[in-house]
Amino acid sequence: MSPDQKATIVSQLQSQILRLQGHRPLSQASLTNELGPLRDAFPGGSFPIGAVHEFLAGSAREHSAATTGFISALLPSLLKTSGTCIWIGPSKKIFPVALKNFMLNPDHFIFVKASKDKDILWAMEESLKCPAVNAVVCELKQLDFTASRRLQLAVEKSHVTGFVIRTNYKTVGTTGCVSRWQISTLPSQPIEDLSGVGFPRWRVELLKNRLGRLGAWDVYCKKGQFMATVDSEMLHVNEGIRKIG
Amino acid sequence: MQKRFVSVWFPHLATDWFTIRHPELSNKPFVLRTSSHGRLIVAAANPEAQAKGIANGSILADATAILPGLLVLDEHRGLHEKLLRRIAEWCIRFTPSVAVDLPSGLLLDCTGCTHLWGSEEQYVQDIVSKLTARGYHVRAALAGTIGAAWGTARFAKGTSVIPEGKHIDALMNLPPAALRLEPQPVERLHTLGLLRIKQFITMPRSTLRRRFGAHFIMRLDQALGYQVEFLDAVQSDEPYQERLPCMEPIVKAIGIEIALQQLLETLCLRLRKEQKGLRSAILQCYRVDGKIEKVSIGTSRPSHHVKHLFKLFEPKLSAIEPALGIELFLLDAVKVEAYSPEQENMWQNAGGLQDERLSELIDNLANKLGADAIRRYLPDEHHWPERSIRLAKSLQEKPATPWPSSRPRPLELLEVPIPIQVAAPIPDYPPMLFRYNGQVHNVAKANGPERIEQEWWLQDGEHRDYYRVEDEQGRRYWIFRLGHYNEKTNRWFLHGFFA
Repeated sequence: MSPDQKATIVSQLQSQILRLQGHRPLSQASLTNELGPLRDAFPGGSFPIGAVHEFLAGSAREHSAATTGFISALLPSLLKTSGTCIWIGPSKKIFPVALKNFMLNPDHFIFVKASKDKDILWAMEESLKCPAVNAVVCELKQLDFTASRRLQLAVEKSHVTGFVIRTNYKTVGTTGCVSRWQISTLPSQPIEDLSGVGFPRWRVELLKNRLGRLGAWDVYCKKGQFMATVDSEMLHVNEGIRKIG
Repeated sequence: MQKRFVSVWFPHLATDWFTIRHPELSNKPFVLRTSSHGRLIVAAANPEAQAKGIANGSILADATAILPGLLVLDEHRGLHEKLLRRIAEWCIRFTPSVAVDLPSGLLLDCTGCTHLWGSEEQYVQDIVSKLTARGYHVRAALAGTIGAAWGTARFAKGTSVIPEGKHIDALMNLPPAALRLEPQPVERLHTLGLLRIKQFITMPRSTLRRRFGAHFIMRLDQALGYQVEFLDAVQSDEPYQERLPCMEPIVKAIGIEIALQQLLETLCLRLRKEQKGLRSAILQCYRVDGKIEKVSIGTSRPSHHVKHLFKLFEPKLSAIEPALGIELFLLDAVKVEAYSPEQENMWQNAGGLQDERLSELIDNLANKLGADAIRRYLPDEHHWPERSIRLAKSLQEKPATPWPSSRPRPLELLEVPIPIQVAAPIPDYPPMLFRYNGQVHNVAKANGPERIEQEWWLQDGEHRDYYRVEDEQGRRYWIFRLGHYNEKTNRWFLHGFFA
């Protein structure tokens, strides 16, 4: 058997394993361009849709704004032109006008207000079950393994992508989510050496990843695309696929 | 097409109804009494009593004097109206547009219907024979105008069908009362010796108008066909309601579920046939002890989807307290809107906001969390940030104006701006540092000011000068100074967080 044949067999087997693990690559390759440096973390360089992603945002509003900003930057490729996003949270927080700056259509967002974690989880699960929705974002305090597993089971049928933002959490714990992220703010990327506030820049840390590698990147978002900053260095890259949960 | 009308007259409507209800009254003279101006009068006398000389409207004491042992019954108030309405609804079999003609008649617009009975004579014959078979005394006439049909039915002898274009000739020999006049002009015509219509129809109209009034001319024109008259047709409005009586009182949850399922299936079948969908519904459960338990639902889009509607009811069923048992279930579709299946197919998998499954999800969420919890925003043409968005009225409402995108806006906006302490070097310059949440933030980069004026026609107040600032750690804020720079009072606020 020639090395070429071996390579094709290996890649076929790898894609089979990924399918079994629930990784569903985006049909269009567009997101791979927009992901920029983040594409290294996922097999095939495509962001897993039809999965639930967990974000740790802490208690400060600045952190939460960075997290929602990062998710808003991911959403355009999920929603395309007419997709719908449901945003569930305990309070009115998002300013719809600002979503326009992220190449999103703010009138395709439906905001659901629920005060209790229990109600938020219920609304999240119901929304994730609905195939007419493209993405669901919710803000939660606590997420235990059972609840996250329920969410993951809901998306496996409907192929909806879910984002859980955890604010004010006491313990992080283990969850059934595909990945766990932490986004923190960095000084903005200047626009053509002009003074003043430039493109938003974040440190993106991928703390858990069931389907790919872990990593940390300094990226900024320009017109809906992630770009690596010049001085970005990979903080720690864990070679090989680690399985969690 | 030439219009054709049938006027049906029931000369003894009330007494006929009594005879139908109480067969023992047939062939016996009896009268219905009512009180008028403090004395009892005969409201209606049946044909047998009238044959003995008792007229409608005569004093009851006189009537009993004429015929000792006369049967006297109480009149039912509003009987004529109710009865005529019911007969009119029954008459839908003859023509789709039937009107009640108080006090004792019906009007049928039979244009284009008579050929189904063979001829106009057979049509009228069928109406008369069907109503006679039910026990009513009936006279009917068919003519080209409502007035001519009305007059012919009541005053003509023999002929009941006036051929097309002959209605003026038919009216000639009738008395003036056949024109549906008020009593005074009729009396005046009688005193003038004008006992037939032909005697005055050739008179100049201005003279007639001067002597008998505008109403007289209107009735004359209507009868002759110079003035169009419209029928106020009876619509049989069946409410969208389903009932399910139970043989045994229902006490278990499963029983209530089965009942609801059955009611929804029959209701939705009817809605589907009529291309309608319900927007809100109430389920009423009548308990054995006389109390009524109610639960209601609402949808964001007309729906006749049994499974979806059942899902909306499901979490509320536990609130029903059956106590000793429920004997009757009543499902009422309070609000029904037009909804066609073509649209359904188009929306089924349309994606986006038009998708049927999305509105079902929203109904589901609103049902549990309250309709107030679901919000969608549209742009409003205001620069003032709090007013730049408004709530969308429905899931499908499209923005009337494009979303503003020229100015950067914070992704997270505080509902109420938080006062902060700020050190600013020179007027109209971005601040050097500010204190928020007990922490000092040194401003590294800043943009601004962007002045947003208060809209004086909406609200009094000072303008805001907004700055986008970034501290040394890269945290980005939206802060503003209220009003002009002032040495003594500097009011600065934090209003939002950029991503």
